[in-house]
Amino acid sequence: MTAIPATRKRGSLARAEGRQALGFASPALVGLALFTIVPVVLSIVMSFFDWPTFGERTFNGGANYARLFANGEFAEALRNTLVFTILYVPVSIVLSLLLALGLGPRIRGRGALRVLYFIPVVTPMVANVLVWKMLLQPQGLFNGLAQTWFGIQLPNFLADPAWAMIMVVVMSVWQGLGYNMLIFSAALEQLPESVIEAARIDGARGLRMTWSIVVPMISPSIFFATIMTMITSLQVFVQPQLLTGGGPGTATQPLVMWIYNQGFKFQDLGLAAAGAWILFALIIIVTGVQFAAQKKWVHYEH
Amino acid sequence: MSTELLTAETSTSALLTSETASGRSRRRPAGKPETTGGRVRLVIRHVVMYAAALVFMVPLIYAFFSALKPNGEMFSMPPTLIGSEIKWSNFAEVFEYGPFWTYIGNSLLVAVVGTLVVLIVSTTAGYAFGRLRWKGRDLVFVAFLATLMVPAEVLVIPMFQVMQWFQWVNTYQALILPFAFGAFGTFLMRQFFRGIPFELEEAARVDGAGPVRSFLQIILPLSKSAVAVLAVFTFLSFWNSYLWPLIVTVDYDTLGTLPIGLATFSGLTGTRWDLQMAAAIISMIPTTLLVIILQKHLVKGIAMAGLGGR
Repeated sequence: MTAIPATRKRGSLARAEGRQALGFASPALVGLALFTIVPVVLSIVMSFFDWPTFGERTFNGGANYARLFANGEFAEALRNTLVFTILYVPVSIVLSLLLALGLGPRIRGRGALRVLYFIPVVTPMVANVLVWKMLLQPQGLFNGLAQTWFGIQLPNFLADPAWAMIMVVVMSVWQGLGYNMLIFSAALEQLPESVIEAARIDGARGLRMTWSIVVPMISPSIFFATIMTMITSLQVFVQPQLLTGGGPGTATQPLVMWIYNQGFKFQDLGLAAAGAWILFALIIIVTGVQFAAQKKWVHYEH
Repeated sequence: MSTELLTAETSTSALLTSETASGRSRRRPAGKPETTGGRVRLVIRHVVMYAAALVFMVPLIYAFFSALKPNGEMFSMPPTLIGSEIKWSNFAEVFEYGPFWTYIGNSLLVAVVGTLVVLIVSTTAGYAFGRLRWKGRDLVFVAFLATLMVPAEVLVIPMFQVMQWFQWVNTYQALILPFAFGAFGTFLMRQFFRGIPFELEEAARVDGAGPVRSFLQIILPLSKSAVAVLAVFTFLSFWNSYLWPLIVTVDYDTLGTLPIGLATFSGLTGTRWDLQMAAAIISMIPTTLLVIILQKHLVKGIAMAGLGGR
């Protein structure tokens, strides 16, 4: 980073600095050991045990993992999580990118508009979900307007398995839109003016300019946002938990809700821990694939 | 992954030196003088963007007006925005139905103390990793970063077991401490600290200042904006946290945070949608105000915290 002065005395001075560094880092190191390392190791151990919340714990080899895959509900939860991710991520990324591009420097009041889009990101998810639950009732605003304006009876969104999942996605897109929009806005503001100007002189403007110059230039941000959005959507929990309760039946129950139910409803912490490791593996695989694929479409400047 | 993250230092140092360089200067891009067609397009763009924002806000606007309706008119056909009377009393009634002041107080306590812990831990560790030289530093840091990969959902099951061993289930410390030591804050502070010119600190060292004094008197004062960004995002994540409080607290009437309280309230009041909407609006107010107050720093904060730039 910077040059260390050549005359600097090593030895005792360096050792003193080492001790001081240990002092500075120790709260973080102790906390991380206690609240991350210990739980991670414990989680591996638990996943190989029959581990009820209270009572006798017995080693059962890989039985928990075997049970996971013999369990139709787990497979369904896995499928639901993937369906949610596949629907949610592209819609969220595309919409927020369009918004960020639309809210360019020449839009008056864009600061205020950005704040509007950001509100659902910071308000408690529970409150957002309650609002949507009201809107989606059979007599709610959406169906009410459809009947009054067009005379159409909309489906009972939260009672129909396919619609329930779609609505969980729609609600989540609405909630999370502002975050990615701001990531893209920040990236757009950092674009060097000179490149845009050079492209303009070459005759690029409008959509072509946006698609072939601006979007590739912020592709590192798009990549970053896609990865982060994917990771959070594989961990989706609150929206289905409160909007549909995982239902109808288990049609919208995602992986994390299944883990929660196994661990804290059915008191089977061992099985829940095993399920959590499958989730972790899924996240690693998906992230790994993204990183492998990034060479194809992400342009770094250097 | 880690190598890219480790080199993400330039954006923070740029933010330090030229905090407001972007934005203002690009308001009116240089180029040809405005044509009529260009002006029409600009007007259309405004209309589209404002219409989109209005559609986006419909759920919140409708929820707010629903909170003011008599309960019998919540699902009237055709739907109306404003009911036959405006019942501000719904908001007062929420506090009679559930211990909402307790929920708000709990959320505030947990979020404020949690944020303080995160700030202390992250700045000190960030200083050790970013500005002090010691053996094995980079190795420890990469190991540190690796823990960012582990999702909270993997941790909650064993963490609950740890809480049982500590006998912390249903306590404030269980709400605050377990997720206050994540590596993210340390990472953010380290990146920012590394962008501060080392000469500043060297000069103080020559004058005989030790690392503690130089940390407190030079590094921290120069890092106010980064600390503020970390504080806001940490506060929000504590304030809105749902899964962990749901698991680790039992007695929601005394230890429930706002999200937990709101979910419980919704379960108890069932068909009283008027009260549920009022409660939802109440719980949205604090963070909405926070965003409005901090709006100027939002983009900058996201660029830093989300590493949106590079």
